[in-house]
Amino acid sequence: MKRVNAVVVGAGAAGGIVAKELAVAGLSVVLLERGKWYTANDCRKDDLRNQRTTVLGNAFGPEDDGNPRVWVDPRGAAHIVLPSEGSYQNDAACVGGGTLSYGAQAWRFLPQDFRMRSTYGAPEGSSLEDWPISYDDLEPFYEKAEYEIGISGDYSGTPFHGPRKRPLPMPPLPPGREFSILEPAAKRLGLHPFHIPMARNSVPYNGRGPCMRCRWCVGFACEVDAKNGSQNTVIPIALNTGNCELRTECMASEILTDDRGRARGVSYFDAKGRFQEQLSDLVVVSGCATESARLLLNSKSRLFPDGLGNRHDQVGRHLQGHHYTGAVGYFDFETYDDVGPGATIAITDYNHGTPGLCGGGMLANEFIRLPIHTIDRLPAKTPRWGLGHKQAMREWHKRSIVIMGPTQQIPTAEGRVTLDPTVRDKWGLPVVRLSGNVHPHTFEIGEVQARRAEAWLREAGAIDTSLMSYKAEMVSAGQHQAGTCRMGNDPRISVVDRNCRVHDVDNLFVIDSSVHVTNGGFNPVLTIMAIAYFASDALVRNWKGTGFRS
Amino acid sequence: MPISRKAGLLTRRQFVAAGAMGGAAVAIGCSPGSAGNWEFLSEGQARTLAAICDQIIPADDFPSASQAGVLTYIDRQLVRHFRRHQEAYKSGLEDTQAMSRKRFGQDLAVLPQRQQVEIVSGLSEQNRAFLELVRSHTLEGYYGSPRHGGNRDAVSWRMLGLPEPPPLGRAQYDLRKGSPS
Repeated sequence: MKRVNAVVVGAGAAGGIVAKELAVAGLSVVLLERGKWYTANDCRKDDLRNQRTTVLGNAFGPEDDGNPRVWVDPRGAAHIVLPSEGSYQNDAACVGGGTLSYGAQAWRFLPQDFRMRSTYGAPEGSSLEDWPISYDDLEPFYEKAEYEIGISGDYSGTPFHGPRKRPLPMPPLPPGREFSILEPAAKRLGLHPFHIPMARNSVPYNGRGPCMRCRWCVGFACEVDAKNGSQNTVIPIALNTGNCELRTECMASEILTDDRGRARGVSYFDAKGRFQEQLSDLVVVSGCATESARLLLNSKSRLFPDGLGNRHDQVGRHLQGHHYTGAVGYFDFETYDDVGPGATIAITDYNHGTPGLCGGGMLANEFIRLPIHTIDRLPAKTPRWGLGHKQAMREWHKRSIVIMGPTQQIPTAEGRVTLDPTVRDKWGLPVVRLSGNVHPHTFEIGEVQARRAEAWLREAGAIDTSLMSYKAEMVSAGQHQAGTCRMGNDPRISVVDRNCRVHDVDNLFVIDSSVHVTNGGFNPVLTIMAIAYFASDALVRNWKGTGFRS
Repeated sequence: MPISRKAGLLTRRQFVAAGAMGGAAVAIGCSPGSAGNWEFLSEGQARTLAAICDQIIPADDFPSASQAGVLTYIDRQLVRHFRRHQEAYKSGLEDTQAMSRKRFGQDLAVLPQRQQVEIVSGLSEQNRAFLELVRSHTLEGYYGSPRHGGNRDAVSWRMLGLPEPPPLGRAQYDLRKGSPS
C-alpha cells in the first residue's frame, strides 16, 4: 500500500475537517472510518431505531453485535454493555460521526469556559483546569467553522456570548409556537432569550436547500440534507482535491511506531476483515473521546509499554460529557405545532456568575418530540400504566414544553476510559472499560438549572411542572463525550500540547473532543470543529514536505 | 380478518372494529393472520402476554395494545433485537401464570378485567423487572413506528392528533414494511 503523508482515524466532526485542511494544503491523506457512509436516503424516520431512541439499535452505528464495552458501576461491579444501552455512552460510528444525525446546536463556548480553574478554583476531588488556549485564540476558527459548515441563528438578543467579528452566515429559522410562548416569559424574568445557533440551513447555503421543518430531526439523518455535518461539507471537499482517500468500514487497531518512538502509520481491519497497514509521515487520531483513548492505549510497544501518550497515566482520564437537567411544563393550551426542529430558543444568562456554583449551563427548549419521547415525561401523578397513562398521553403530548440544558461538568481524574483485560470486540481488540462517577458538585449545579427551567415554564403559563433532575450513578460521556487526552502545557498532567500534538511523539496528533480540558455548558460540536481548524492550521504551518520544521 | 392492505388507511371506526376482532382472535387462541405464526411465543404465552399488554394499554375509544399489534412487535423483536430478553419473557410469563392460577385458579387471559389488573399490579412486587420490561416494550411498540407492527396504521399517532401521513417530508417510507433490525 502506498505510503501517504497523513492517516486520519475517524471521519467525524474533527476528522473530516482535519482531512480537508490537510488535503487542501497538498498533503496526501487516508481517512479511515469504522462505519459506513450514509446519505439522506438512509433517514428512514424510524422512531425506535435512530441515534436518540435506540430501542431497536443505533441507526448509524455501531451495531450491537460484536462491539461490546464494559461498564463498572459505582459499587465496582463490571457489566458488559451494548451500543444501544445508555451506559455504553455511545457516539455514532459513520462518515460524519455524530454530525450526520445530531440536533446540530452549534455553540461557541464562552471565554470563561476556557479558564474554569482560575475563575472558580477547583472543587475538592475534581480535576478542574484551565485550557492552554483562550477563546481569543479560537475565535477566528469558530468563525471559519460557522462559515464552512454553515450555521444559522442570531446572537443579537443576548449580551452573554464571546466577542465575535462577523454575524452568523444564515438567519435563524422563523420562530415556532414554543418560541412565541417562551420568549416573552423569559423577558419578563429579565433574561435574554435568543435564537439557537444551528448547523442547519435556514436558507439555501453551500449548494443545498433549507430545512423543511419535519418531525424527524435530532437522531435522524436529514432527508433533505439541510443539516450540516462533516459528511456533506468538508469531506466532499477533501475528496475533490484528489489528495484524500476515504476508506469506510475500516477499524483501526493500532498506531504503529518505529525504533525511535515516532509514529509510522496505522494498522487496521478493512471492510472484509483483512488486516492492513497504512504507512504515513504523521498520524491524526480523531475517533472521539472514548475510542481515541482506546486506540492510544491499544498501541503498546517496547518504548510505550502502557500505550502511546500515556507515560504519565493521563490517557483516558477526565472523561466527561454533560449532565442534562431541566423541567417539563404542562399547559392548558396547545403548545405543539408539529414544526421542526423544535429547539429554537435559548438563554445563556446562567452559564456563569452564580455565587457558590462553578459555572452553569445554557438552557433551551427541547427538539420537536415524537410520541415515544412523551411516555415517561408526563405529570408526576400519572400512573405508570393503564388507562390513566393512555389518557395522559392524549392530554399532554401536545400541551407540554421541555426546557433543559447541558450542565457544565466538573471533571475528575477517576472518570475514565481504560482497556478491559478480558472482553474483546469482533476484531479481537480489547474494548473500552468505563469507570468513575460524576463529581457531586455537577449535580448541585444541575439541580439549580432544573429549578430555573421550571421557573421559566411557570412564567410562560405552565399549570403544572415536573423536574428533570437526578444523580446519575455512572460516568457521563455519551454524544457529548470529551476529555480523555487533555490539552496542556505540562506533560505530566496532559496528553497533547496546545496544538493537539502528543507530548512525546512529535508526529502524532489527537484532534477531537478528547483534548477538551473542560466541556463548557454547551453542546460541544462547534468547539470540536474550531479546534480541528486551529490544530490543522498549526500542523500545516509546521509541515515541510515529509516532516516537521523543528 | 381480511383487511385489504391495498385499501390504504382505515378510518378510525373501521380500525377499532378490525382491532377488536383481532383482539378477540387472540383471546380464542389464534394469532392475527394464520394460527401458530408467532416467531417466538407459544400460543399460551401469547395469550398471557396479550392480557398483560392490554392492562398496560387498555382499549377505550382507541385500540388496546394487542389490538394495535403490540404482540406482533414484541414477538418479532424477541428473535431479533430483544434476543437477550428471551429468558426474562419465558420466566416472567410463567411467574404471571403461576400467580394467576394460585390466586384465582385460572389462566390470566380468561380472568375478568378487574382480576387481571390485580395480577399485573401484583407483578410490580413479585417480578418488577419483568413488568418494567413489558411496560417499556408495550409503550414503545404502541407509540413507535408502525413499520414494526405495534402501531398498526399509525393508530396511536392519530389518537394523539398528529397528522398522518405527516404534511412535511416525503412519504417514501412504507410504514408497514418490516424493519431490517
